[in-house]
Amino acid sequence: MKELLLGNEAVAQGLYEAGVKVVSSYPGTPSTEITEAASKFDEIFCEWAPNEKVAAEVAAGASFGGARSFCGMKHVGLNVAADPLFTMSYIGVNGGMVFGVADDPGLHSSQNEQDSRNYAIAAKLPMLEPSDSGECRDFTKLAYSLSEEFDTPVILRLTTRVAHSRSVVELGSRQELELKPYIKNPAKNVMLPAFAKPKHVSVEERTKKLAAWAETCAINRIEDNHSKTGVICAGIVYQYAKEALGDTVSYLKLGMVHPLPAELIKKFAATVDKLYVIEELDDVIESFCRKNGIAVTGKDVFPRCGEFSQNLIRKCILGKEPAVLSVKEDIPVRPPVMCCGCPHRGLFYALKRAKVFVSGDIGCYTLGASAPLSAIDTCVCMGASVSGLHGFNKARGAESEKKSVAVIGDSTFIHSGITGLIDIAYNRSNSVVIILDNSITGMTGHQQNPSTGYTIKGDPTSAVDLEALCKSVGIPRVRVCDPYNLQDVQSALKEELEADGPSVIISRRPCALLKYVKHKPPLAIREEKCIGCRACLSIGCPAISMKNGKAAIDRTQCVGCGVCTSLCAKSAITSEEAKA
Amino acid sequence: MSQVKSVMIVGVGGQGTLLASRVLGSAMLHCGADVKVSEVHGMSQRGGSVVTYVRYGDKVYSPVIDKGEADVLMAFEALEAARFLPWLKTDGTIVVNTQQIDPMPVVTGSAAYPENIIGSVKAEGAKVVAFDALKLAEQAGSVRAVNIVLIGAVAKRLSIDKQVWIDTIKETVPAKFMDMNLKAFELGYNAQEI
Repeated sequence: MKELLLGNEAVAQGLYEAGVKVVSSYPGTPSTEITEAASKFDEIFCEWAPNEKVAAEVAAGASFGGARSFCGMKHVGLNVAADPLFTMSYIGVNGGMVFGVADDPGLHSSQNEQDSRNYAIAAKLPMLEPSDSGECRDFTKLAYSLSEEFDTPVILRLTTRVAHSRSVVELGSRQELELKPYIKNPAKNVMLPAFAKPKHVSVEERTKKLAAWAETCAINRIEDNHSKTGVICAGIVYQYAKEALGDTVSYLKLGMVHPLPAELIKKFAATVDKLYVIEELDDVIESFCRKNGIAVTGKDVFPRCGEFSQNLIRKCILGKEPAVLSVKEDIPVRPPVMCCGCPHRGLFYALKRAKVFVSGDIGCYTLGASAPLSAIDTCVCMGASVSGLHGFNKARGAESEKKSVAVIGDSTFIHSGITGLIDIAYNRSNSVVIILDNSITGMTGHQQNPSTGYTIKGDPTSAVDLEALCKSVGIPRVRVCDPYNLQDVQSALKEELEADGPSVIISRRPCALLKYVKHKPPLAIREEKCIGCRACLSIGCPAISMKNGKAAIDRTQCVGCGVCTSLCAKSAITSEEAKA
Repeated sequence: MSQVKSVMIVGVGGQGTLLASRVLGSAMLHCGADVKVSEVHGMSQRGGSVVTYVRYGDKVYSPVIDKGEADVLMAFEALEAARFLPWLKTDGTIVVNTQQIDPMPVVTGSAAYPENIIGSVKAEGAKVVAFDALKLAEQAGSVRAVNIVLIGAVAKRLSIDKQVWIDTIKETVPAKFMDMNLKAFELGYNAQEI
């Protein structure tokens, strides 16, 4: 059967067909749908782990236990999972193990543009890179046979346009595998220095064997179009190059991007006069070619930053640019905004009014940095809001503690905010941490997490009691407020900033987009009362705009959260019924 | 069918552009064509500009549509049509919902929504089919059917049998919304430009 699958869904299909038993991941755009799609198969145990390090270790444990396992994450998630990644490289596998990582060239939804291929080099692991959904399925299956044949975890690298593009996939059936026996073997599995030393030697040997395999494997292939120009590429860039250059050049398409096949590249180079390496982000393939004495053109004509496209390739190689139409007017930008009824809105309004330093974190609430709320001062990585605030306050002293807070979502807090909070309690700063508990992992599209009480499959399970957790690590003052109630938020903020000792405020209200959340009827402006002061616009609600000098509420968008009503000095915002 | 056709869908996060791209992609697959659809997830869905690409033909390589490459630009909102005009082939067609949604800089007063923006798009020489899809969606029974209304209007301009579209909609939407969506499709298919 043929289906139009996302690259991520095709990876999940590959996991199913390869007989994978255990999948543990942390959501992150553009990788999330791999695990969501895998969870639809009853044959696979699938879970959202608290973070990527845990996910990778769960997958490692499942591999020790003799099953094929997978952990999925976005590029920055691999930073979190890097510790098990590097040492699992030494240990190798029992059941095959694959790390799935999705990079985000162009930063569609990320805080940096790092190139995960560098991890394959640094951790000395084979890395495969598919270029469409069909290859996502095939390369995933291949990764498991490679993993078991060469006794190594394998990294499967996607980029946004592969992960989030649909193309045609032929569905296959599952290969059911017996669990491999578990045999105690400390020299292989216990990485004490005495055992790790010889392991390092065998890792170097393994890389040589993999490089030899790369010379002849079917996924590294030459498309000889009898041209004097050659292009070396991998992943999505192959599709862009084919689109831009068609059959006018010859291709070396690399399915394995580490280790690279020096002899195959030399052989290909010998057939052409001019050789391009086209690769997004870093010059990984190009540097390898230069190291092996192969003359190539790469980053001297192609950019290191941002996404590539067919036009970019046409421009860099052929010097051609398309004819385009465009209007003369300036088109106002349309940045993403917090949704109507978003529970974060009231809280960020209160923070802006309080003029405090806000140590920010990763999630929907990072949008609190945009105008008109403009409330966030910093955003680094998952969990950094909490530990960063502690450092900020240690640097600036007691006065700073009364004028600064950290904001972190429920899922991000579980991911790596809790360790920072322990630091605040243990090393004593009077910091105020606000947990934005919207009962879901929001930004990545509503994934359950350990504080929601449900598993990835929707089954009820234990839920982290955030209040009890914060108290138990040594935070004496823990209180809950409702972000739809501005007064409640403002008094919580004032009291906790003044208080002696660290505190946690849990701003609790489910995400307005959750299906079970019941909304109130839309609000409306009583035009006879509205004086056009624009106070209601200061919360940045997409349902409110100005029409003919008066505020107006779009009834198709408003969910009646009521945060705007407390900003109106003239009581001009009421329910539609009251207006009638 | 041989040449690759490219349909670019643009709108505001939350308007149902993703479902539209899935219906388009499935309809094209029914015709036996190679199809690629590229979607937007994550940060850019939250009320921001969203772009989805659908391409079909004998063999499709790139899943994205670049400047100057779209045969049809399907715009859920007027300003977005203007923003993505450079992606249209110079002889391509824009199907645009005349609805206007203020972006945040306009709401806060730091920018203005350009007047008669669809007129400006036409003035550049683009073929434009503009109509009030929101009104037709309401007429069909729900403001949420804007995407199916627009699919109707795009369907008329692609060389795929009408019945294929109807069958695809039947497969894609839940049974209880079927009649409403089929009505929305017909209204879009027969929409007259205003």
